[in-house]
Amino acid sequence: MDGEHVPKPEVIHRHSLAVRLTHWINVICLAMLLMSGLAIFNAHPLLYWGHTGHRGMPFVFGIGAKTEEGRAVGVTRIASVDFETTGVLGVSYDGDGRALRRAFPSWLTLPSNASLALARDWHFLLAWLFVVNGVIYLGFGLLSGHVRRDLLPGARELQPRHIGSVILGHLRLRFPRGEEDRRYNVLQKLTYLAVVFGLLPVMVLSGLTMSPAVTAAVPFLFDLFGGRQSARTIHFITANLLVLFVLVHIILVLLSGALNRLRAMITGRYVIRPERTP
Amino acid sequence: MKARQRRLISRRQLLTASAATAGSALLAGCDDIAGGPPFRAALDFGEMLSLRLQRLLLARQPLVREYAPALISQDFPPNGTEMPGGFTYFELMISQFARWRLTVDGLVDTPLSLSLAELKAMPARTQITQHNCDEGWTAIGQWTGVPLANVLRQAGLKPEARYIVFHCLDEMVRTADRSGFYYESIDLFDAFHPQTILAYEMNGSALPVRHGAPLRLRVERHVGYKHAKFINRIQVVERLDRIGRGKGGFWEDRGYQWYGGI
Repeated sequence: MDGEHVPKPEVIHRHSLAVRLTHWINVICLAMLLMSGLAIFNAHPLLYWGHTGHRGMPFVFGIGAKTEEGRAVGVTRIASVDFETTGVLGVSYDGDGRALRRAFPSWLTLPSNASLALARDWHFLLAWLFVVNGVIYLGFGLLSGHVRRDLLPGARELQPRHIGSVILGHLRLRFPRGEEDRRYNVLQKLTYLAVVFGLLPVMVLSGLTMSPAVTAAVPFLFDLFGGRQSARTIHFITANLLVLFVLVHIILVLLSGALNRLRAMITGRYVIRPERTP
Repeated sequence: MKARQRRLISRRQLLTASAATAGSALLAGCDDIAGGPPFRAALDFGEMLSLRLQRLLLARQPLVREYAPALISQDFPPNGTEMPGGFTYFELMISQFARWRLTVDGLVDTPLSLSLAELKAMPARTQITQHNCDEGWTAIGQWTGVPLANVLRQAGLKPEARYIVFHCLDEMVRTADRSGFYYESIDLFDAFHPQTILAYEMNGSALPVRHGAPLRLRVERHVGYKHAKFINRIQVVERLDRIGRGKGGFWEDRGYQWYGGI
């Protein structure tokens, strides 16, 4: 009825410089850690449980190749169930269409050839950058109040009714607007907390458990993960959970106003869209 | 040794390293570039960081975990060469290493030449430890041998001694200049660790050929390729750049890190 009540979009400062910088450094680290990690995995594409594991022992996950009627077939075994994964896992094709017997395909690994030496070089260098970046983020997050103010959910947000309504909103692709969009919603808060204080520390600790020098200094790590091979398996599973998180994260960014969210993580500026008029 | 030649890391090196790391994301997958000179400095910087920090953690020289006999792997996979080629090794093997001798030379006061019997007469250490291949597999074995420290003390190190080089009988790659023989090196920090032993027994019997008979190194805080097999000479040196291709080991000469703590 009266035009003066049409709410204007408001621009807020959403992400601090520290969060933006550490976020993008983390993107580089996680992408390259994943790719070099897959290259290391390719050197021995089997996962075990317990202290020891080597060829000939029972394994919980493995990627291999076999020959059937003169054709190379990729096989992925989870527990004792085999899946044919030719083309991606076990057997993949190079630019000329030749079959290569390798666990993860070359387009997913760093380096793309089978150089374990180089894969280890990159993985350990990036691990350093990742840890330093993570410590800076945590230090900033705890001292500046970012974690307490932006990530810790309030009691009201944790009520099942509220969580349920946010989940329902996400499923219907109706993301918060207006006042509610000034803060992370409860699903974001819980997910980010789980990644920052759960998955990422598990990644670092299980990775360190694979170092014979580190376990000489801190043998407790063996007890924490139940052995070196268990730590290796947990390292792999947690990496997969991180990939899952990143995929969902990217999909939700794309669905909820990609440019606005991308700009917020680059410049900090974020447009609050007005509430829907009922 | 590459990590040791660098004394202090300047701010410029640090910036170069971080810039190189950031830029490399765009180039992931380009193998020639990924291992090439622009990134080599950054990658070596990472190795140096790991070495320095792990040495701080290990300053009090703790022992690695030793396991109960029940946990010994039934089928411990051999690493690297399983049977050295050539007549020299064959002859030593069929005589049950009666004519094999361990030479200890280089920067020592008294060069030694020890027979297997003489080594076995020295005080021994037995340990059940986990072997960690850099590929990711592990196995537990029981090893008996002479602590390297005892052999080095008997020879007496000269003050400039810094590295212990292990020369091996297995030729990995046949080359005209005989540079394809396996060799490895460790520094004095690891050489004098109580669990660093020259093993001649595995799981209570003579060391099998596929595991490095008659003598192999156990350097328990390192990954598998540091554990040289078929050793017949220990050379004490001040620097590694004049041995082999200069990086401190057969695999190190081919791109692997000298520091094997991870």
